[in-house]
Amino acid sequence: MKPMINVTDLSVSFSGDDGKVTALDNISFSIPEGKTVCLVGESGCGKSVTAKALLRILDNHAAIESGSIEYQRASGDQLDLAQGPAKAKHIRAIQGNEISMIYQEPMTSLSPLYTIGNQIVEVLRWHTNLSKEEAKFQAIEMLRLVGIPSAADRFDSYTFELSGGMRQRAMIAMALICNPRLLIADEPTTALDVTTQAIILDLMRDLQKTRNMSMLFITHDLGVVADIADEVVIMYLGNVVEQGPVEQILTNPQHPYTKGLLASLPHTDGKRRARLNAIPGVVPSLQNRPKGCPFQERCDHFVTGLCNEKLPELTAISGVQSVRCHGFGAQAELVPLHASTSQVDDCLHVPNPVDRTAAPILELQNVSKHFPIRSGFFNRQTGTVRSLNDVSLNIWRGETLGLVGESGCGKSTLGQTIIGLHKATTGKVVFRPNEEDVELTGKTDSQLRPYWADIRMVFQDPNSSLNPRMAVYDIIAEVLRVGQELKSSKDIEHRVLEVLDKIGFSKEFLKRYPHAFSGGQRQRIGIARALAPYPKVIIADEAVSALDVSVQAQILNLLKDLQEELNLTYLFISHDLSVVAHISDRVAVMYAGRIVELAETETIFNASRHPYTEALMSAILEPVPNAHADDTRIRLEGNVPDPANLPKGCPFAPRCRYATSICESSDPSLGEISTDHLLACHHPDVVQNTPVDQLEAMAG
Amino acid sequence: MGMFVVKRVLLMIPTLLAISLVAFLVITLPPGDYIDRLVLEASLDGDYITAAEAEGLRKIYGLDKSVLAQYFDWVWKMVVHGDLGRSFSYELPVEELIWDRLGMTTLLSICSMVFIWTVAIPVGIFSAVRKYSLGDYVATFLGFIGLAVPNFLLALVLMYVSFRYFGQNVGGLFSPDYVNAPWSFARVGDLMAHIWIPMIVLGTAGTASVIRTIRANLLDELHRPYVVTARAKGMPEHWVLTKYPVRHALNPFVSSLNELFVQIVSGSTIVSIVLGLQTTGPLLFDALRQEDMYLAAALIMFLSFLTVIGTLFSDILLAWLDPRIRRQFNNGGL
Repeated sequence: MKPMINVTDLSVSFSGDDGKVTALDNISFSIPEGKTVCLVGESGCGKSVTAKALLRILDNHAAIESGSIEYQRASGDQLDLAQGPAKAKHIRAIQGNEISMIYQEPMTSLSPLYTIGNQIVEVLRWHTNLSKEEAKFQAIEMLRLVGIPSAADRFDSYTFELSGGMRQRAMIAMALICNPRLLIADEPTTALDVTTQAIILDLMRDLQKTRNMSMLFITHDLGVVADIADEVVIMYLGNVVEQGPVEQILTNPQHPYTKGLLASLPHTDGKRRARLNAIPGVVPSLQNRPKGCPFQERCDHFVTGLCNEKLPELTAISGVQSVRCHGFGAQAELVPLHASTSQVDDCLHVPNPVDRTAAPILELQNVSKHFPIRSGFFNRQTGTVRSLNDVSLNIWRGETLGLVGESGCGKSTLGQTIIGLHKATTGKVVFRPNEEDVELTGKTDSQLRPYWADIRMVFQDPNSSLNPRMAVYDIIAEVLRVGQELKSSKDIEHRVLEVLDKIGFSKEFLKRYPHAFSGGQRQRIGIARALAPYPKVIIADEAVSALDVSVQAQILNLLKDLQEELNLTYLFISHDLSVVAHISDRVAVMYAGRIVELAETETIFNASRHPYTEALMSAILEPVPNAHADDTRIRLEGNVPDPANLPKGCPFAPRCRYATSICESSDPSLGEISTDHLLACHHPDVVQNTPVDQLEAMAG
Repeated sequence: MGMFVVKRVLLMIPTLLAISLVAFLVITLPPGDYIDRLVLEASLDGDYITAAEAEGLRKIYGLDKSVLAQYFDWVWKMVVHGDLGRSFSYELPVEELIWDRLGMTTLLSICSMVFIWTVAIPVGIFSAVRKYSLGDYVATFLGFIGLAVPNFLLALVLMYVSFRYFGQNVGGLFSPDYVNAPWSFARVGDLMAHIWIPMIVLGTAGTASVIRTIRANLLDELHRPYVVTARAKGMPEHWVLTKYPVRHALNPFVSSLNELFVQIVSGSTIVSIVLGLQTTGPLLFDALRQEDMYLAAALIMFLSFLTVIGTLFSDILLAWLDPRIRRQFNNGGL
């Protein structure tokens, strides 16, 4: 059967101040009818450009240079979408109608000034002759179909009145309203919590099946690929480097880049490694595209004179799989794809040596943080946002405590309350930098100042957390200048150089400004800044969430090395469970501003007791095809409760599949159910865990 | 929404009271009063007013009381009788002097504003969508000239042009025949024939800055993801632009509308003097020079009142344009 979309030798260029650069370099792939093709790669590899080129919505500075996009219409007519001006009538007739698109961030991809109903109906009105009432009726039907409750009311809602998951559903409804034959989805679940991601992926899969729709699904997450893809296209720097069926790509990857991507992922399958096999370096910018193979600089199998001279051909290695690497094809004998040398063997994880009989370095005693809601003419307090509720927690010297939970459950507030950015409403935070006990709560900012050198933070977004007008040297030295420890500028310079060495930067970087660095390098600067006063505790708030997988692996390795070398204590806040599983000694699970379960990492991931933990764990997507074939995953409907309006009783009860009457009336307290395993649940025995060996068998 | 307007109107009362107090105090601040001025002028004419006569005059005008007592008298009469006091120099009740002027000022301001919008918004949109095109450069160039040329100079040039080439009598908002005539269609027509010069003069500087504002706002919006979404729906480009980025770009513009209004109301004094317009500017200028305190205080108060109304108007417009702000209002935040 002829594929619905056939992309052949498509090239796209960007023109800028320094001339033209190639963004897509002769890429070819096809999308069969009713199947899902995943485009995979790190940022800057050309995935989104490909999608935009297909739909002819490229930015003004981008242009299709050559190649064709053969599209077979339902009538059987062939149409080359690459031909003609982007705003031509025949292209517009297809946009939003036969081919439609959804995006990563529905908050910014939908306009906040119009109701979602308005934005959905608009599509219908342009492509059909329906009356206003008919269009509205259809839009409400579509909203209902994508699982939006009380759809008729939501029709008049604005985007900011909906939760993240609901917004993405509205976006899907908008894309599907004209029954498109191809849906392009650009990272549609990346901004969502794992629990919501599972539900949205289900929804997309169902809709695809019932409508026999094709999907071009863009993601960097190989777990999502395993879940949804039929075919996979791996892209690197505007080239297709490997393609084939999902089973082949994930279980038998051939291209060094594909292998590297898979190896750099942290796993939760019980085989925990000491270090991740990070691909060295970063994706080069388009201006610096090397001659020859685009991956050469980061490749272990690089052969001088070949890889840096000639771009390898896309070579078929089986009936279905093809690879663009000199290790295959005509000159294969010149490139032995030997076992990797620079990559670390699978050293198993060794727990941090932690003395839990000693007093903990950080002790939270019944910490609560409530924010008043003020409104009305006289700004009276009309409510309370209960962000943290009675949190007690010990962190011992030298350990890593992971903190997980959906967004809005109070993870970041907890970190910020510890460091004193928020003043705790009640409760105590005790810090033991040395022998003495220091109560951080109740201290004024100036009294806290000396301790700010001991507890430091690393933030999520390295772009906005570094001052763009300060050179790297000043960013790091500023912390030391305000601290009291180092007086002379010579000492400070000495320390900055020392810290720079620890994060693997060379001296010439000191005078540069943050914009001269890549995302991963900026995060290293953020870590250096946290590290500069030689703190005892580092609070890492989503410190690797904004990074590509290969860079994420580099940063995680760095954090581990630094911990070992400097005996650091980490509070590692993340919504990414596999990252937490990789780095943490113990894991605390938060829900609605309280800790619901706390235990050693292995216990949390393999023998959790709380229904919420169970649901979180089951939503993790492993990069293993068909792992979810017999789908027993738990779908957690609904949202984290509004902290201004917490339910009576157990806050998780409304979403809990085991909830009984007691859960709705009384709030369970956090108690020890076995050694080092704390749980807040009325029914500690309801969760049935899959034995570890069975998990491993599933993982292959 | 209605609640919001009510709240804002209620809040205007203390604001206006504060403004009236400040206005009154500022005017009484310079040493001397209207009587001192009379004494000085009389002595310049070779005439003579004795100290006793001056005291007598002060008593008649109520100037012998403390400043606060004068202020309370003034406010009390204003609130109870609608009496704004008496202008010393014109020897007329203030209200007879200012209503016409305030009306003309409001009319001229609104005309200038409409002129600015109709010229600047389309040009600004064009400049942003065709960034760095010839048209963009021309608009930018003309805009900066408008910004750089002093208003009064432009007024003089336009007066010359209209007199030399159109044979129109210049200066003022009316021809001499109509200045004191009762309102009629002919008088309105005469006003229209005259108002375009001050309208253009007052509008040019505003036009240039609004073009730049709209252009900058729109450039920020043009590459937002929601524009890509709209484009991917297969709608014609002009529809995509006007419905999405342009509407978003108007938002910061509307919130700065008030500043534009203030600029026109208060910036027109020199132009009005040059053009001989019967607006509040020249009247206030004279009142301040002659220490005609009730007239000056009333004018300052009413100009501030126009500004406060303008702010309310731009806030309501903003709420109407942007559902996010509407929601904030409805939730009780201001």
